[in-house]
Amino acid sequence: MPLASYQTSVPVVVDDAKCIADKGCTVCVDVCPLDVLRISDLTGKAFMAYDECWYCMPCEADCPTGAVTVNIPYLLR
Amino acid sequence: MAMDEIVDGLSEVSCDVLVIGGGTAGPMAALKAKLKNPKANVVLLEKANVKRSGAISMGMDGLNNAVIPGYATPEQYTKEITIANDGIVDQKAVYKYAQNCYKIIEELDSFGIRFLKNENGDYAVKKVHHIGTYVLPMPNGETVKKALYRQLRRARILISNRYMATRLLTASDGRVAGAISVNTRTAEILVIKAKAVILCMGAAGRLGLPTSGYMFGTYENAANSGDGYAMAYHAGAKLANLECFQINPLIKDYNGPACAYVAGPFGAFTANNEGSRFIECDYWSGQMMLEFYNELLSGKGPVFLQLSHLHEKTIEEIESTLHKVERPTRGLFQQGRGTDYRKESIEMHISEIGFCSGHSASGVFVDEFARTTVPGLYAAGDMASVPHNYMLGAFTNGSVAGIDAMEFADNHDFAAFDAADVAKERDRVMAPTKREDGIPPNQIEYKARRLVNDYLQPPKVTRKFELGARRLSEVREDMEQRMIARNSHELLRALETQSILDCADMAAHASLYREESRWGLYHLRTDFPEKDNENWFCHTLLSKQNGKMTSEKRDVQPYVVPIADDEKDLYDKQRIRASA
Repeated sequence: MPLASYQTSVPVVVDDAKCIADKGCTVCVDVCPLDVLRISDLTGKAFMAYDECWYCMPCEADCPTGAVTVNIPYLLR
Repeated sequence: MAMDEIVDGLSEVSCDVLVIGGGTAGPMAALKAKLKNPKANVVLLEKANVKRSGAISMGMDGLNNAVIPGYATPEQYTKEITIANDGIVDQKAVYKYAQNCYKIIEELDSFGIRFLKNENGDYAVKKVHHIGTYVLPMPNGETVKKALYRQLRRARILISNRYMATRLLTASDGRVAGAISVNTRTAEILVIKAKAVILCMGAAGRLGLPTSGYMFGTYENAANSGDGYAMAYHAGAKLANLECFQINPLIKDYNGPACAYVAGPFGAFTANNEGSRFIECDYWSGQMMLEFYNELLSGKGPVFLQLSHLHEKTIEEIESTLHKVERPTRGLFQQGRGTDYRKESIEMHISEIGFCSGHSASGVFVDEFARTTVPGLYAAGDMASVPHNYMLGAFTNGSVAGIDAMEFADNHDFAAFDAADVAKERDRVMAPTKREDGIPPNQIEYKARRLVNDYLQPPKVTRKFELGARRLSEVREDMEQRMIARNSHELLRALETQSILDCADMAAHASLYREESRWGLYHLRTDFPEKDNENWFCHTLLSKQNGKMTSEKRDVQPYVVPIADDEKDLYDKQRIRASA
């Protein structure tokens, strides 16, 4: 059965200018309970790879540079 | 190698005590096991990361069931929980919890977790329950996980993050022999041999579908997909009272607690659209949820948490707690909607269904030593059957489990398991990665959970349950024959989907077995609308017998604390009656 990708606006936003994942930081990726964050091969910065967020906040609270913002997912805003 | 790429690998390790789940009960169980025998190896296995996993990922606002000398007695607490559960309680475990929990509070205090005290230096315990006083705020509740993590490091517990346990290994005599797990980022299999295993894997919180349609917007931490319930079932353990669903009053759409336990003691209350109270007590019980449900149907809904009448200073205090711990994005949500607690009430609704003994009574059956019916296998926290045990219950019963499991490990050698069981499980786990074409896990999960809402949500109708079971079996066939996982993250979701479907089947089976209504909304059966104490004043135990799902009755054990006849129905009198 062919698969199509599905557009979705993700709740976790990373400020690339502040993110230091390219210097080896993986804090947000490490702490996420749902394991939805990854480091981009392209930019070297963290991003939300899977739209499976519990809007719980450890990524934002533990980020050492304040680069991560958690928003409420659009469907329940 | 890129993260999430599938690696074909298998390794084997061994330990004395294996604790699965690093949320609340798990860290305490691991710590107590290690302190009991510092020479032993204790492994704490976690699907996410122990630093931020489980229900208290962002901390907790307070203790909801603290039995503190001077405010409450173990006898009084045991009585209250028995009445709140319509009498279906093995009191020994509840009484033991009530006796031990104060010691655990003092221990948590020594870890650096503070509890609210009044000007005399006494604990400032608040009343939320129907009868007794047990709610104790935690002013630095956001630091709970950090404090626990420090203790784990100090005790040299071996922590393995990002491993999802999938099945338990058992010996030919039924004893537990270890567990099989899979790395959630590489799909490599890790077999862990253990003398004793403690399951602390949380609620089955991804069972019903939130009404927003957002699959991960659950009340429980969405990582709690009921893996522990499924693993215990497949290992032959008995599960108690699964028909006693968890259903909670939550902030509409946000789907998190409002939270009456925080705001109630300050004078906030649940109100209908006329601004009037309609329930006596905001403590979460099936009977309270039934009145909530009735009010919504009566035309007097929506239901609100009313706090605009409170003093500015009080509202500020409530706000700072609600927007700092447990679910801190509550603040962001209210801000986005322009809801100011000073002017507006908070619109509430009814959560999706789940299994969770933290708030109801559905869990893997355990006795007062946290022992399941499988020798060497323990369970604690939201997935074990001690009712209404909340966070402090997870800590206290986790502690009981850790100590008893280490004693068991000290007196037993490793149990032998069949290598063929490992090979079989490996094939089952990896099957979705071997298919070229098929249905992705998110669609199978969505469909299963949509069916749970359509057919299994109370009020429970026999005909609907029969139809639901049929539809779910069709989804199971798709899951077993056609589900695909293209990377290890999708495999994690595929495996969780299997736990979810197992729990859905158990929810349906257990509900059909109990032919009466009990626990208010939690088990409201339209075809059997009355409580039937003659035939159903008992626990129900569900288990796998010769490969088939089976239910049986279990007598309620003799009470430790007697309940007088005129006290038995105190929780049935939730509705406020018009006074002359």
